Amino acid sequence: MIFAKIKTSLIGLTSVDRASLSLWRCQILAILRIELSKNFWGRRAMLLYLLALVPVVILFLLAIVDPDGASDISRDWNSSQQAFVNIFDALILRSVVFFGSTWIFMNLFRGEVVDRSLHYYFLAPLRREVLVAAKYIAGMVAAAVLFSFSTLGSIFFLYYARGYPANIDFLLDGGGWQQILAYEAITLLACLGYGAIFMFIGLFFRNPIIPGLVVYGWEWINFLLPPLLKKISIIHYLESHLPIPVDEGPFATIVAPTAVWISVPSLLIFTGLVLTLTAIRIRRMEIRYGME
Amino acid sequence: MRVEYRPEELIVFEDVSKFYGEILGVNRINLTIEPGITSLVGPNGSGKTTLMNLMTGLIQPTRGEIRLLGIAPTDPEQLFRRVGYCGQFDSFPRGVTGYQFVNSFLRVHGYEKRQAEEKAWQAIERVDLVEAASRKVAGYSKGMRQRIRLAQSIAHEPQVMILDEPLNGLDPMARAETIRIFRELAREGMHLIISSHILHEVDTMSDRVVLINNGYILAEGGVTGVREEIEDHPMQVMIRCNLPRELAARVFAAPHVVEAQLHPDRQGLFVKTTDPDEFFLMMNRLAIESSVVIESVTPVDDDLAAVYHYLIGSSGGGEV
Repeated sequence: MIFAKIKTSLIGLTSVDRASLSLWRCQILAILRIELSKNFWGRRAMLLYLLALVPVVILFLLAIVDPDGASDISRDWNSSQQAFVNIFDALILRSVVFFGSTWIFMNLFRGEVVDRSLHYYFLAPLRREVLVAAKYIAGMVAAAVLFSFSTLGSIFFLYYARGYPANIDFLLDGGGWQQILAYEAITLLACLGYGAIFMFIGLFFRNPIIPGLVVYGWEWINFLLPPLLKKISIIHYLESHLPIPVDEGPFATIVAPTAVWISVPSLLIFTGLVLTLTAIRIRRMEIRYGME
Repeated sequence: MRVEYRPEELIVFEDVSKFYGEILGVNRINLTIEPGITSLVGPNGSGKTTLMNLMTGLIQPTRGEIRLLGIAPTDPEQLFRRVGYCGQFDSFPRGVTGYQFVNSFLRVHGYEKRQAEEKAWQAIERVDLVEAASRKVAGYSKGMRQRIRLAQSIAHEPQVMILDEPLNGLDPMARAETIRIFRELAREGMHLIISSHILHEVDTMSDRVVLINNGYILAEGGVTGVREEIEDHPMQVMIRCNLPRELAARVFAAPHVVEAQLHPDRQGLFVKTTDPDEFFLMMNRLAIESSVVIESVTPVDDDLAAVYHYLIGSSGGGEV
């Protein structure tokens, strides 16, 4: 009798949970459709496309327009790879992905407040935590697509100059695929971490530019920081996975790279914590556009 | 006979206050809104929007508790299955067409594709915007934008509709059309709460009126009762003149003047009248006919005067 009752209540509970999960899935997909169309086709997206094209165009110019540069790449592949990792670190990670994520993720909520359209989501039968999750996923999809293509395009022009046979050899036998996957994975991890930070900043600060610049400054001076502080940054964990160590210059503090099994879960946990804080904030958020 | 409603049928404010920092939004609101059409009437800045935003959880009360049909505004998953809110914000997500706007938020409600399409077209048809539905909302007139927002807020067929100044800024044609839609919705059994700063605009369609000013509820009840209540409320006026004693004797003879008191500086008097229109006409006559030189006639109780002029639309003048 007691077991039957427990079984009944468990079945009831499961069906409620299933219904909620199915509803949340539908709602997340609906929000993704709205947000992705804004992120890819909205007026604000133009800047992102331009930003994502910057490294590709630079590598294109180096590889194709400058024939001497191209022959250098073919002659000295190791130096070219070292040059690329510096471009990847300074231009793609610290500038393109950083500012691109700033633009995408800050606008997820701040943009809606500026457009005075956030209340439409708040007036739907939608848990605000689900809204945070859906918006973050939408931001991640947009950032991942744009910036992984940016990374891939840049790598393509790095390889292009060497010619077909040399590339095939490198891809198949020289660890080329692993390098490409590592660069792509680092790009995605950067979007994940920076995305969470900038969504949080966009929600907590009326003028997110100043905190955004503080984060930018902190990430840039990371190479000068003492070992402990160096680890309180996203860039340290990203640089730890670069296939070729980046040259940080003569003044850099030397810190051993963090192992993958520590750095990836750390970034994921950090992202989870920031998103939880964002969700707590949004639960208490009031719509008062006039006072923004 | 008075109908007894269950708590799940009512909208209840229990000792609700809302402060924006130091600024008062609404204070100590105890209000029960029954099914039917209820109008929240008050001058601009009186607290109507604050009350509506509190009901829908867009803002949270500093003190007190609110329940809509037994549901707290902090539970949007339950609340917005049964409640729709057409606010005053005349803004839309960027680049959407009328149809996309209604349809996309129905999908956010959790409706399947076909169901959302059906409901979106039904709502768009109801507000008579079928032809314009495929155009971008940015190109709509104010009346059309108002109607597409209305379509979006009724598309999920809520039991309670909250409408913040829905007639504001509409031309007479659009206004008549919008009122027709409200009447139709009410006939179908929807519970409507409409705010306005003009009583005339809403009194013919309302079952009851709540008068609000400066964050306080002044009166509530049937339209006739509230009209009488506000009309009976004496209005205080200060008159600056050279012969206040003589003027006091003359105005006190009028039946609508309930009190006349000399100003401490002996350069004027305070008068309380229950009929401001008649009082201002009398002052015009006295200014022309009598030997008293009247410098100014100013309502002392500005709030009440404002409420009176805004709500009743009185033609009574200010200074003579």
